[in-house]
Amino acid sequence: MKLITVAGPPSSGKTSVILKTIAALGLPKRSVGVVKFDSLTSFDNVRYSENDVPVQTGFAGKICPDHFFVTNIEGAISWGKRKNLSMLITESAGLCNRCSPYIKGILSVCVIDNLSGVNTPRKIGPMLKYADIVVVTKGDIVSQAEREVFAFNIKEVNSNAKVIFVNGITGQGTFILAKYFSEVPEVDTLKDRTLKFTMPAAICSYCTGETRIGDYYQLGMLKKMEYGD
Amino acid sequence: MSSDTCAYDYYDEVITTPLYLLLEKYPLSADYLANHRLHGIDLSKTLTDALTDEDIDALEEFGLDVDGLVLHFCKFLEAFTLSQTCDLGKIHSLTIIGGMDKSGVPENVSLTLHPGEIVSIVGPTGSGKSRLLEDIECMAQKDTPTMRQILINGLAPDDERRFDTGGKLVAQLSQTMNFVVDLTVREFLEMHAKSRMVSNVEEVVKRSFICANSLAGEKFTPDTKVTQLSGGQSRALMIADTALMSASPIILIDEIENAGIDRKEAIKLLAGNEKIILMSTHDPLLALRADRRIVIKNGGISKILVTSDEERESLDKIEKIDRVLLNLRNSLRRGDVISKDSVCEIKEESNEQL
Repeated sequence: MKLITVAGPPSSGKTSVILKTIAALGLPKRSVGVVKFDSLTSFDNVRYSENDVPVQTGFAGKICPDHFFVTNIEGAISWGKRKNLSMLITESAGLCNRCSPYIKGILSVCVIDNLSGVNTPRKIGPMLKYADIVVVTKGDIVSQAEREVFAFNIKEVNSNAKVIFVNGITGQGTFILAKYFSEVPEVDTLKDRTLKFTMPAAICSYCTGETRIGDYYQLGMLKKMEYGD
Repeated sequence: MSSDTCAYDYYDEVITTPLYLLLEKYPLSADYLANHRLHGIDLSKTLTDALTDEDIDALEEFGLDVDGLVLHFCKFLEAFTLSQTCDLGKIHSLTIIGGMDKSGVPENVSLTLHPGEIVSIVGPTGSGKSRLLEDIECMAQKDTPTMRQILINGLAPDDERRFDTGGKLVAQLSQTMNFVVDLTVREFLEMHAKSRMVSNVEEVVKRSFICANSLAGEKFTPDTKVTQLSGGQSRALMIADTALMSASPIILIDEIENAGIDRKEAIKLLAGNEKIILMSTHDPLLALRADRRIVIKNGGISKILVTSDEERESLDKIEKIDRVLLNLRNSLRRGDVISKDSVCEIKEESNEQL
């Protein structure tokens, strides 16, 4: 089974890109499945089901979404194998711009949209920096210049990435993306593989349910800001 | 794929040269430092000497240590000097070899386009215009649903070229596009010029601005926010900017008829800048100005028409009609009352035609 991880900010168009790419792959019905990692709610499973794509959804809830991803990714592989999928795509929302749910040796795709502002690529961090492919959506509604500057800013952060413009409505651009998807090597297990980037340090008192404010309650790994005059 | 051996070309330079000299030689380095929260760094020292303990702690958040930063910076320099030299290469011709339509009927066409040439595309909505565009964009090699093949300079591009140019081959302009950045016209043009790494930013920006204003019905200043421009002004700026600054050798224009700009001049400007222009339009004034027009039906190219002498003659008349309409529009804008005389001449002429 082939595995591809797709990440990106909420509402950047991940689901549309994945659905259009599955269509462009031209593989037999129900042979490409999706596992969606989200935090609280998600309605994307409906769209996948409508398109006859096998889907599983997991909610991180109070757990850091990326920790949740890494502790459940092997389960996703087992599910995919049970379903006899030839390709499994994981979709996760990047929530704090700090993390990247990417695994070494597994095709990592970051989806961001042109509407989020030309400087966004410079702010996203590891999710963009460690991606193999950066998919840019919603290019059909901004000017050519903004598309070009956006791609340039992506290259400034991640000069190795392939930048692909995809129209999530018409599917324009998914042909090339599908080509990359179909070329990834097969994986059987992820055991002993490593993440491309460390997960956030989440070991302070607030991680364990503290809600009160004040120095006295702040224990564990903390970082204090230095304010100017 | 850039290999580490190439990045090492910059290694010695980066570890021995003070930052201010590197910034002079590679101005984009400033962005690199800013992206890693190093904009306050001591520029009189080399990168490794200038890093404070605090900086090094902060680097960890970017997944880098000192050695990692140096190598990553070298790769950055390599990527941007490389893209300057081997952009897209010169495109002398683009050939579309027909495949088939949605029902599998062969297209039996072969169409070669050269820079400066304008081809219009006509056909009902959903007939397959965007499919044709996508075939061009991904340089289809009989591997898309239409089975078309695209040749660049008469040859099939190799896979590497095909996938590395991603999105850069075709620039698009359409009625539905907007500006979203919160910048003035000048800042906007400067930003684009910087990303294109042009050496004479000021001159290019000035030229684009003058050009945009000459296309726009109503003039605007360089200090106007791009988001405050009218539809026509936005289109004018987009066209001037695409013509003078875009990296793409091919431009697709989608339905710009009602844009309130000097359409004739706009097309001339784009073609004059050695671009291949594909124009999806039903505006007779634009469609007939093209040398040829592709007729799309049922997902396929059903025929290619060469603009005939008769059509060109009609173009003069259509221009007259258009000018009358333009004058009427301007009269309305000035607050004039529309007199009977200003419309009757054309009216009689068109009755004769009927």
